[in-house]
Amino acid sequence: MRISIRLQPRHEASAGRQIVVLLLSLLVGFVAVGVVFAVKGVNPLYALWKILAGSFGSLYGISETITKAIPLILIGSGLTLAFRAKFWNIGAESQLLMGAIFATWIGLNLGPRLPGWMVIPLMFLVGFLGGAIWGALPALFKVRFGVNEVISTLMLNYVAAEFLNLLIVGPWKGITQQGFPYTDDLPPSATLSVIPGTRIHYLTLLIALACAVILFFLVHSTKFGYELRVVGENPEAARYAGIDFFRTTVTLMVISGGVAGLAGVGETAGIHHHLTYPGVISAGYGFTAIIVAWLAKLNPLASIVSALFFAGILVGGDAIQISLGLPAATVHVFNGVLLFFLIMGDAFVNKRLVVSLVRRG
Amino acid sequence: MPGAGIQRFSATIRHGIVTSTVVRYSQSIMPKIDLLEMIDISKSFHRTRANQRVNLRIGSGEILGLLGENGAGKTTLMNILYGLIAPDSGEIRINGQAVRIESPRDAIELGIGMVHQHFMLIENHTVAENIALGLSDAPFLSPSRHVARRLVEFGERFGLKINPQERIWQLSAGEQQRVEIVKALVKGADLLILDEPTSVLTPQETEQLFVILRRMSEEGHSVIFISHKLEEILSICHRVLVLRKGEVAGKAETKDVDKRELARMMVGREIIFRIERPELERGELVLDVRELVVPGDRQRMAVRGVGFQVFRNEIFGIAGVSGNGQRELVEAVTGLRKASQGAVLLGGQNITNANARVVASRGISHVPEERIRFGVVPNLFVYENAVLKQHRQRLFSRVLFLNFGSIRKYASTIIERFNVSVPTIDTPVKNLSGGNIQKLILGREISGQPALLVAAHPTYGLDVGATEYIRQQLLEKRGEGLAVLLVSEDLEEIFELCDRIAVMYEGRFMGIVSTAQATMENIGLMMAGSMPEGAGAGADSKPEGAGAGAGAVPGGAGPLTSGAAGDQE
Amino acid sequence: MGSMIISTLIRTLLAGTPLLLGTLGEIVTERSGVLNLGVEGMMAIGAMTAFTVTMTTGSPWLGLLAAVAAGTLAAGIHAFVSITLKANQVVSGLALTMLGLGVSGLFGRPFIGRPLPSKLSTLSIPGLADIPVAGRILFSQDPLFYLAVILGILLWFLLTRTRWGIEIRSVGENPAAAEVQGINVARIRYLCVLLGGALAGMAGAHLSLVYSKSWTEGLTGGRGWIVIALTIFALWNPLRAFLGAFLFGCIFVLQYLLQPIGVPPNLLAMMPYLATLAVLLGGGLRKDHRRLLAPAKLGEAYTKGES
Repeated sequence: MRISIRLQPRHEASAGRQIVVLLLSLLVGFVAVGVVFAVKGVNPLYALWKILAGSFGSLYGISETITKAIPLILIGSGLTLAFRAKFWNIGAESQLLMGAIFATWIGLNLGPRLPGWMVIPLMFLVGFLGGAIWGALPALFKVRFGVNEVISTLMLNYVAAEFLNLLIVGPWKGITQQGFPYTDDLPPSATLSVIPGTRIHYLTLLIALACAVILFFLVHSTKFGYELRVVGENPEAARYAGIDFFRTTVTLMVISGGVAGLAGVGETAGIHHHLTYPGVISAGYGFTAIIVAWLAKLNPLASIVSALFFAGILVGGDAIQISLGLPAATVHVFNGVLLFFLIMGDAFVNKRLVVSLVRRG
Repeated sequence: MPGAGIQRFSATIRHGIVTSTVVRYSQSIMPKIDLLEMIDISKSFHRTRANQRVNLRIGSGEILGLLGENGAGKTTLMNILYGLIAPDSGEIRINGQAVRIESPRDAIELGIGMVHQHFMLIENHTVAENIALGLSDAPFLSPSRHVARRLVEFGERFGLKINPQERIWQLSAGEQQRVEIVKALVKGADLLILDEPTSVLTPQETEQLFVILRRMSEEGHSVIFISHKLEEILSICHRVLVLRKGEVAGKAETKDVDKRELARMMVGREIIFRIERPELERGELVLDVRELVVPGDRQRMAVRGVGFQVFRNEIFGIAGVSGNGQRELVEAVTGLRKASQGAVLLGGQNITNANARVVASRGISHVPEERIRFGVVPNLFVYENAVLKQHRQRLFSRVLFLNFGSIRKYASTIIERFNVSVPTIDTPVKNLSGGNIQKLILGREISGQPALLVAAHPTYGLDVGATEYIRQQLLEKRGEGLAVLLVSEDLEEIFELCDRIAVMYEGRFMGIVSTAQATMENIGLMMAGSMPEGAGAGADSKPEGAGAGAGAVPGGAGPLTSGAAGDQE
Repeated sequence: MGSMIISTLIRTLLAGTPLLLGTLGEIVTERSGVLNLGVEGMMAIGAMTAFTVTMTTGSPWLGLLAAVAAGTLAAGIHAFVSITLKANQVVSGLALTMLGLGVSGLFGRPFIGRPLPSKLSTLSIPGLADIPVAGRILFSQDPLFYLAVILGILLWFLLTRTRWGIEIRSVGENPAAAEVQGINVARIRYLCVLLGGALAGMAGAHLSLVYSKSWTEGLTGGRGWIVIALTIFALWNPLRAFLGAFLFGCIFVLQYLLQPIGVPPNLLAMMPYLATLAVLLGGGLRKDHRRLLAPAKLGEAYTKGES
């Protein structure tokens, strides 16, 4: 007699079961992060309480959470599109930056001469374009040259970041910034207004929510969304069906990149009001959004909730950084651990753990 | 002597008495398997009972046929014997001793070897590397060289000629199978399990295989021959065990039974051996292919100048062993691969090198080989798969959006009309059986009233019921005016369904003959690259690029035309 | 002028060593069929561990050992998730990268900017080191360089001329076929992934103990991703990895050479990443032939009994 432990695939996985496994994965993930904290000498429960208090425990906290959720909703919903087609877009950071760069050009050059109601839409348009171009490049590389998109999007991340560095210490260096590596401030016409008392640039918020809804319908109800899903689920059947791999891939990256570009516009025109170090502008949103998308099970609407959740972690993370002296890298730990447990949970949803006593003969 | 060569010995003790012993010998002094028994083997998957209390016996020197249709449980039983699956209950005994087979390694050590239907070979590696894999006597350093030497030895013993340095993708199916057999023998197989070995062979290669098997049997090896082909079982096996729905439905000595009885045991009812194909006058020209040249994947020309025509009310068959360019030809006609020379005309219009979507919209439908890989998206629902190629048609979509109402209705119609058994149209396709998936694909492709249907191996791997159904549907649509291009390795199917047959060999048509005047023998010869004597009798077009046309094989009698099998080299 | 060339070459080998180590590890991993995108994270953990252990124990060798252990452990997580749980390998690798960068940043914080007291001294091979030009370049390097070269040759030999090599490659090409011959696919994949982690840890150790002799967040600077690209460039052949690693080592060194001439530093900083893109694009121009050289089942999970 011996004990045999096997993972057996099961047929159905009801929605209820999926949600339960999801929540369980998050729970275990938090426990694991708590362990990491404990090793570091931090009381995990205290840290958790501080995080919650920081992000949802006060009006300020909630408003900050919403503020940080804006780019996450935008990028996250864009990534659900790309990931559905199994196009691993890791370059959202740089797509955001390109959007910010393009929009800043408009803001600095046309802002002083045109009224706000002309400049702002132009900035969003151009920001979308910037992100779209930067997103289309890796798509082209993959389709025409067979280049692995994980590497190409990542390399472009570094290239774009250096490009921005180049701009802020070189040609775009702000005259009014007393030597700091900033561009000049954007003129008032190129600035987004916020809800008084908060940092929520509500126009971008509305755009973000709209995008999530639009992308949801795009994925589920359109020809394009259908083709995208077929490409992701079974690329050989897609080829058999005559689906144009090239057009589908480039289009989805134009959208995914463009939406990230919109986030860049929001961050620049709504929060910072000038360009500065890439790390400050994109603040790791491009990477956090990966987990936002994954947690949302690649559903653009669900990414709204998922984005709020992770924004909460980011805000809370800031809070404990200050109060507990933990470095910024802590957020990466959170992201990594939670993502691991989410994919582990995925693996268990479709399988069943069978523990049995096996008798032979 | 006792203990010499014994690797492991364990005994089960219950109530102070040794109730069973398990002995594992090292490879060098392994005793022959005089008698292997599978006793009361049962195995279930989810709710399906794959094997129910199956009993099997085979002795040294015997060739035992294991007969049953697809899904009867033959492969499951053999996977259990080979250690790939654990049975739920039952016992295996060798020479009277109970044995534990928990992995292929155990099976190999006990002297059991298996040649799978889909060869388990590493395409990019050489023959020597493939055989060296998992060979415990191979030296650690430069194992390929050691193996190459042993190959010569085996070659002479069994009449197998293999070049150890060739890469697997360079070999024909018959040669690959020989590699698989040698692989098993080099590892010390005493009992060899062959799973549907002739599905990829020409009739002549099948004869060669039978010669090898008879020689092995004379040397005391035993063979379990899994097949669903009655003629072959009768031809090569001493005894046969018939499985049906997981249970033993009958057993016999092959000299005592005939095809009808075996068929009845296999299916449980009389099966119709020949579907009636009514004589029809063929209609207008639909597909015209001229001197088509299509490149393959590895910088070789897969199709080397093929020309033929397909008319309405006709099923045109392309016979031949897989790998002779059929796949590339089908891909070129359906817009999935670019031809480098030649032309494809549909109803007079030139559609050469048009992409798949254009080709489909002009009226060519395609039932692909490997239905799960190419024909459906398993994770999507039935109704979503029902419009896989048609989703851009105006009926199903407008500008950007899909019209789910009409899609669902269309899906329901297909399900009903083509007998596809599904719980709902919201079921993911991966939950469907092979037969139902194929019916869904067929329904989808036929419902659009195409001008031409291209069907590649449409009944491969399906049970008798689904196979019959699909073949009937093809004949029905032929009667209604459809032109069908059928590619199949199953000669029975070709003869049953087709009006004219082309045999493809190394990228060319060896000949195009009308079915009425063709014989299995001639077709078989052409499949192997030879021109039959008196070639062209009844043929209505010259053989394309027959090339050398080496002299006809002397005396060749295939297994399907007569019982006597001669020795052939 | 001559001495500048010599010092450039020396520094090329220095810069290329971590790339070589990382690439060798990823080649073995991918040959067995597993895609590990977590190299950046594993290298970061290796670098941080080597530095902190060396600082606290005073022995760089202990630091190196700890780094190897840490890299192996990190790879073990990915191995478990990819092989046993059969989850999505791309996402698992990304998660490992995030985790590695996060953990190394978190635990390395107190050591940022502190100087390294005890170093891995350069090993001069007696006799050979005295050869006029080549001696200084090739035979007076840090011990990890020699280790990398030896490992490279050893791994090439292992993969192409031994039984283990056949087993590893078969598992990556057609695991079902290997399983059927009695090979334990999961075990081989685990071993290969863990070896990849050990070498990545070693690469990270080189970065913090030899190359820069310090620790900061972001020390790895994307080298892990370059390693993944180099694995493709090397066509999964350890010998070709030498070429790729030292080519890129050269590119890193060029940054410093060209700066005094007035080329903007940011442009130079882009060079390794643009070069990676260029290399991959170039490879793609001859794509058909090359694509057949990747292990056939790379990145696909294998379930026993599935064919």
